[in-house]
Amino acid sequence: MRLTVNGKAIQIDAEPQMPLLWALRDLAGIMGPKFGCGIAACGACTVLVDGAPVRSCVMPVSQATGAIITIEGIGTPEALHPVQQAWIDEQVSQCGYCQAGQIMTAVALLEANPSPTDEDIDNAFGGNLCRCGTYPRIRAAVKRAAGGPAGA
Amino acid sequence: MSRLGTITRRTFLVGAVAVAGGVAFGTWYVRRPYANPLLDGLSEDEVAFNPFVKIGTDETITIIAPRAEMGQGIATTLAAFVAEELDVRLDQVKVEHGPASPAYYNAAMMEEAGPFPFFDESLMAEVTRRSFGTVAKVLGLQATGGSSSTRDGFVRMRQAGAAARIMLTEAAARRLDVPAAELTTADGEVIHESSGQRLTYGALALDAAAIEPPSDIPLRERAEWKLLGQSQPRVDMLAKATGAPVFGVDITAPDMLFGTVKMSPVFWREPANADLSKAEVVPGVIRIVPISSTYGHGFGILATNTWAAFRAAGLIEADWGTPDYPADSAAIDARLTQALADPASGSSMRDDGDVETLFADAPRERFVEAEYAVPLLAHACMEPMNATAKLADGKLTIWAPNQVPTLTAQLCASALGMETTDVTVHTTQMGGGFGRREVDFSIYAALLADAAGGRPVKVTWTREEDIARDVFRPAAKGRFRARLDDTGLPVALDMTIAAPSILGSVMRRTFPSISPVGPDATITQGAHDQPYSIANYRVRGIKTDLGVPVGFWRSVGMSFNTYFHEGFLDEIAVAGGMDPVDLRRRLVADYPAALGVVDRVAEMANWSEPPAEDRARGFAFALAFGSWIAQIVEIADTPAGIRIEKTWMAADVGIALDPSIIEAQLISGAVFGFSSAMNQEITLREGRVEQSNFHDYDAMRIHQCPTFEIAILENAEKMGGVGELSTPTSVAALANAVFALTGKRVRQLPLSREVAFA
Ligand code: FES
Ligand code: FES
Repeated sequence: MRLTVNGKAIQIDAEPQMPLLWALRDLAGIMGPKFGCGIAACGACTVLVDGAPVRSCVMPVSQATGAIITIEGIGTPEALHPVQQAWIDEQVSQCGYCQAGQIMTAVALLEANPSPTDEDIDNAFGGNLCRCGTYPRIRAAVKRAAGGPAGA
Repeated sequence: MSRLGTITRRTFLVGAVAVAGGVAFGTWYVRRPYANPLLDGLSEDEVAFNPFVKIGTDETITIIAPRAEMGQGIATTLAAFVAEELDVRLDQVKVEHGPASPAYYNAAMMEEAGPFPFFDESLMAEVTRRSFGTVAKVLGLQATGGSSSTRDGFVRMRQAGAAARIMLTEAAARRLDVPAAELTTADGEVIHESSGQRLTYGALALDAAAIEPPSDIPLRERAEWKLLGQSQPRVDMLAKATGAPVFGVDITAPDMLFGTVKMSPVFWREPANADLSKAEVVPGVIRIVPISSTYGHGFGILATNTWAAFRAAGLIEADWGTPDYPADSAAIDARLTQALADPASGSSMRDDGDVETLFADAPRERFVEAEYAVPLLAHACMEPMNATAKLADGKLTIWAPNQVPTLTAQLCASALGMETTDVTVHTTQMGGGFGRREVDFSIYAALLADAAGGRPVKVTWTREEDIARDVFRPAAKGRFRARLDDTGLPVALDMTIAAPSILGSVMRRTFPSISPVGPDATITQGAHDQPYSIANYRVRGIKTDLGVPVGFWRSVGMSFNTYFHEGFLDEIAVAGGMDPVDLRRRLVADYPAALGVVDRVAEMANWSEPPAEDRARGFAFALAFGSWIAQIVEIADTPAGIRIEKTWMAADVGIALDPSIIEAQLISGAVFGFSSAMNQEITLREGRVEQSNFHDYDAMRIHQCPTFEIAILENAEKMGGVGELSTPTSVAALANAVFALTGKRVRQLPLSREVAFA
């Protein structure tokens, strides 16, 4: 089976029903997307497929035929994506486990809506749980990345 | 503070833990420093000055921050302790958790495990703190908990940095042939100002490490601090913003297998008549093995990928047995109620004045009483329980996101019948901990590694398993009464609380052959230890075993006792016609730090002005983990339900080591508390947990999150913790706000039993 992940074609041997998340993590060694619930209830596994945020824990790998982007594909420590930079500037992460999913959600939101309101942010991030309670800083970082005034 | 005379509390934990560790100790053992665990595994170009500082000739400076990074920012603050005195920038150092070693014992956590309130500075309290700290040292108990890490590291780790700096300076003095007093240090260099000569730490490291460590290590005054006291960029931030594989679930090893566990949903029971046939044929499944451990019984699945293991786990059929403990919420309530019916069976953790006499003739109109209860709660860390293990050539290696590395090594060794010295534990970063990450998942991984033929195996739990097989926040119930004087002030307060002993439960699953004796202070933690002056004041705790495993859940006993205590004080205020803030001001008048936070938060929230229409506010105060906090929550009645609009917190932590991290922790603790108070509840049916995932055990979401206004004060004389500080008051202040808004006094959590949240 062929997947296109972060601009590269990769070959994996997976059952078609295997969720994309496990194909990425266990078979392709791409560890950015995280397992949190397996039922599309927490957002930790969020990746982009053709630009849209997708819960990879419930998408069968056979359906992931589009271009898949994970957190590893948006920026690197040397060349950060503006959203990643905003996340660092606002010191968002605590444990960090949910943050790959939060950041991918932010990337998708800002792509579709470059200046989101608080309500837009609520709607986009409602499915992304953070047990550490970083929500105020997530909100501030999204606004910072959007170029608006920082601070929640 | 003469309560001690009547109570034999001193032995309660010392006895249990000393026996648990299997040690008998004398003074020589206490004084003996532990060997430096970094000495094994150094490369030739690298030296270790002490257990906290390594320097390489290539200028790599490594600081060991030996506490679990669960998100609380501890790696940054502990590194700053060392860096401050070593004279290096945080961006010049590598921060590592380091090996599991008794050298990294946590004395501060144990010090406050005694029965003395934090504000008790009597000789007996201080002596007990010191002896508890000694127990931690003797046992070499390396643990993260009790919001104790910064208090524990404050002196030790700064001294480690200073000692290395003194040795590096001495090495430079010898090399340059100048007096050490002429040298200064900055940014990883020793500088001789007058000659303009500079030597890097890397260039000096090998010589410096050969110098005798100083015995007198003066520490810098606060006015000289460059890092501490100011917000630092966190050392883990870049990795976490770029998706670096830093968690337990991210461990990868050559030839690795994947796995999961399916433990009996009925606690302690061994499955019978198991039918593995459906599970075994799932493609990718390699082997299914029975698991028997002190934590419980069930099955482990080895597979070529995690998904196959998960599917197989769901297909295992067995007769899981029937519970030998209260099997549902009604039975739990009945057991707690029965315990409360005999209050004299409890241990008095506080007994000021003469409560009985005061109640004997209390006039009805001056009498307040109430009963409160809380349910079991799961931790639901974002990263489910997991560990990776490899057993080859008689050596076990475990990579585990855990809060107790030395205990992990000990118990995994005993599960496999090995020596502890043959076990290596690597502590990864963890996706939340909250007190959950003890030893079970590591034992299971070790047992699966035993069946994996020398291959490493990464064992990840499903969310369903993570919730069903938690070690829960205890269910608890309390009965309270108060007598008020003519002005509305309580002259007598009597609290009786029934809850399972966390310590007893931990012992059952870790050292089952030992039964801990004596009271467990966590049962009344947050009720017996508050700085309120009430002439007749009694708090009794009744150990009530519920069978279900219970454990440390962010803020431990305070997670329910602050709700009990502050909820009941709110009722007292209403009954006595007093303003709740005024009532607290009167009761804490003897403690300036307490008064300081109460006044400050009232001012921030403009408490004396009524809130807008359809809004209401609740107040709570606590002395928690050595810090003082007062909190106000404002909620609104909206068409969709109650919304938490804003919360104000004033926290006095004594010394604010990193304001940004403290602010983040206060928000984090509040969201954690709100989540539980609003909706969370673990219930049992036929002894099995009914909740299974985030759809029925949810937590606060971004649209429910209030705005925060926070003041960090530094008036208190002693430094306190912050990781668990705001959870208790958030629960209590929210419940009190619900009363102010709706007139409903919700005495049983979650609040959603009686009101709906937006
Ligand atoms: S793991 Fe996919 S949404 Fe939770
Ligand atoms: S940062 Fe820990 S779950 Fe979000």
